[in-house]
Amino acid sequence: MTSALGSAPAGPDTSSRPGRGHRSPVRPHRKRWGRTVRWTGWLWVLPALIMYGVFVLRPLVLTVQYSLYDWNGIGAARWAGLDNYLTVFTDRDLLKIISNAFILIIFFSFIPVVLGLLVASLVRRITTGPAGTMVRTVLFLPQVIPLVAAGIAWSWVLSTNGLVNQALRAVGLDGVTRAWLGDFDTALPAVGVIGTWVMLGLCTILLITGMSKIDPSLYEAARIDGAGPMREFFAVTLPSLRQEIGICLTVTIIAALASFDIVYISTSGGPGLQTTVPGLEIYRLAFSQRQVGLASALAVVLMALVLVCVLPIQRLTRGEK
Amino acid sequence: MNLTTRSERLTGRIFLIALVVVTLLPFLSMLSAALQPRGTVPTGLAWPTDPQWGNFADAFTAANMGALLKSSALIVAGVVPIGVLIATMAGFGLGHLRVPGGHLAFGLLLLGLTLPFEAVVTPLYYQMRDLGLLNTRWAIILPLIGLYMPFAVFWMRAHFINVPRELSEAARVDGSNTWQLFWRVHVPLARPAIASLTILLFLWTWNQFLLAIVLVDDATKRTMAGALGAFQGQWGTDLVLLCAGSLLILTPTLIVFLIFQRQFIKALLQGSVKG
Repeated sequence: MTSALGSAPAGPDTSSRPGRGHRSPVRPHRKRWGRTVRWTGWLWVLPALIMYGVFVLRPLVLTVQYSLYDWNGIGAARWAGLDNYLTVFTDRDLLKIISNAFILIIFFSFIPVVLGLLVASLVRRITTGPAGTMVRTVLFLPQVIPLVAAGIAWSWVLSTNGLVNQALRAVGLDGVTRAWLGDFDTALPAVGVIGTWVMLGLCTILLITGMSKIDPSLYEAARIDGAGPMREFFAVTLPSLRQEIGICLTVTIIAALASFDIVYISTSGGPGLQTTVPGLEIYRLAFSQRQVGLASALAVVLMALVLVCVLPIQRLTRGEK
Repeated sequence: MNLTTRSERLTGRIFLIALVVVTLLPFLSMLSAALQPRGTVPTGLAWPTDPQWGNFADAFTAANMGALLKSSALIVAGVVPIGVLIATMAGFGLGHLRVPGGHLAFGLLLLGLTLPFEAVVTPLYYQMRDLGLLNTRWAIILPLIGLYMPFAVFWMRAHFINVPRELSEAARVDGSNTWQLFWRVHVPLARPAIASLTILLFLWTWNQFLLAIVLVDDATKRTMAGALGAFQGQWGTDLVLLCAGSLLILTPTLIVFLIFQRQFIKALLQGSVKG
C-alpha cells in the first residue's frame, strides 16, 4: 500500500491539445486506411455523445429556456424574459441563500486545505508502512460513504444529547451546549463542519502525495541556508504544491456550491433559511413551490457561479506545466 | 530522511492520530446509539451495559435491506457497464483514432465537467415523465450515464492519448479491423484505467442521492443513498433504529471499500486529480 503515496497519481493531461498532439512518424499505413477509418471513427464517439446530448445537453438547454418563463410545471408557461434572473439578484432570501453557499466554501474548501497543509507538512515522512495504510484507509472513509450517511451521523453527533454536547458537559462547559444544527447562530457553521469532515481526509492525502514528489534536496538546501520550518514551508513546500492545492480547491469549491445531500438530511435548510443553499432551493422551488422558472434561473446562476469560482483556479494552478 | 527531528515526528504522529479519531468518532457514536435499548434516549458516546445487537435485525427488516440491495445492484448494473463501455469507446475514438473534428466533441463534453446535477434535474424530471420512466430505475440509470460521460470520456481519452500509435499500425498490418484492434489490443492495455473508472462510477452511482429522490418515489427502487434518505424520513425520530439502519445501509460500501481499498484510494486520488 505504500506505493499509493510513493507513486503519484498521473498528472492532468495538459500537454496534448485535443485532436492534435504528437503524430506518429509512421504515416504510410495511415494513408491506406486513413480516410475511411478517420470518419468512421465517429461511430466510437457517438454512443457517449448521444447519452450526453439527450440526458445533459438537452436538459441544460431546457433549464435555460425554463428560466425565461413563468411556469408552474403543469399549466401554460408565460414568457417572463429576464424577470426570474432579476428576482434571483434582488430577492433578499435568494441572495442570502447564495451567500450561504459562499460561507460553506470556507468550511468545505479553505479549512480542509489549510488544515490539510498543516497536517501534511507535519507528517511528510511518517506515513509509510502498515500504519500509513491504516491512516489512509480511515481518512478516505468520508469519501466512500454516501454524503447522506455523513449527514445522519453528524446530525446525531451535533444533537442535544450528541457527542459534542456530551464532551462540552464533561469539561464543565454546560452553558455552551445547544442543538447545534437547530440554533440560528450555529446551524450554518455546523453544516460546514460536516463538509470539513468529508473533505479533510481527501485534501490531506492529496497534499501528502504532492509533498512526496518534492525533491528532498530542496529541503536540504533550505536547511543548510538556515531556514526554519516556517521558512521551509513557505519557500519550498507551498510553491511546489501549487497544482495539488488547485485540485483540492476545485473539488471542494464545487462540492460547497453544489451542496445538497448533507443539507437536505441534516437541517432541510432550517432554521429559517439559515442553512438553505442554492441546490436545496432549486429542488424546493421546482418540486414543492412549483416555480419552475425561478428554480431554473437559480440553476443557471449556480452553474455560472461554479465556473466563475473554478476556472480562475484552474488557470492559476494548471497554467504552466 | 534524517533531517526530520524527533519532536517533528512526534507532533506529526499526534496530528495524524487526532485526525483518525475525529474521522472515526461519528461512526462510533452511531454504533453506540444503535446498541441502546429501543425507546430510550441515547447519549453521545456511551457503551451500553447490555448491547442490543437485535436492533440491527429490526433495522434490517424496517429498512427492507434485501430489496434495497437488489435495487442498488440493478442500478449499478445498468449504469456502470454501459457507462464504462461507451466512455472507453469514445476515449478510443477521441484519443487514439483522433477523429476529424474530435476536439469539438471533446470541448462539448468538457462543458459538463463542473456541472452541478441540480442544474439539470428539473428538466430531467419532465423528460422522464414524458418518456413514462418516472419512478422506474431507468429514470436514474439513463441520466447518470449521460452525466458521467464528461468525466468518464476525459478519463479514458487521457489514457488512449498516451498509447503509442505504432501498436495500431502493427495490428493493422496483421489485418485487424478497428473493432478487433479495439477489443484485442487496446481494451486489454487500458485495463488499469478501466478498472479505476469502474470503481469511481460504482461509488458515485451507489451514493447518488439527488436524482434518486427526485425521479423515483419508491424507496425500494432507489440507490442506497436515496433509500437512506427515505429511511431517515421514516425513522428519524427513532434514533436507535435510525443509527442501526444507517450503519446497515453503509455496510455494503464499507465492505467493498475495505476489500479493494488500495484500488479505491488510487482511483479516488486520480479521480480528483483529473476531475
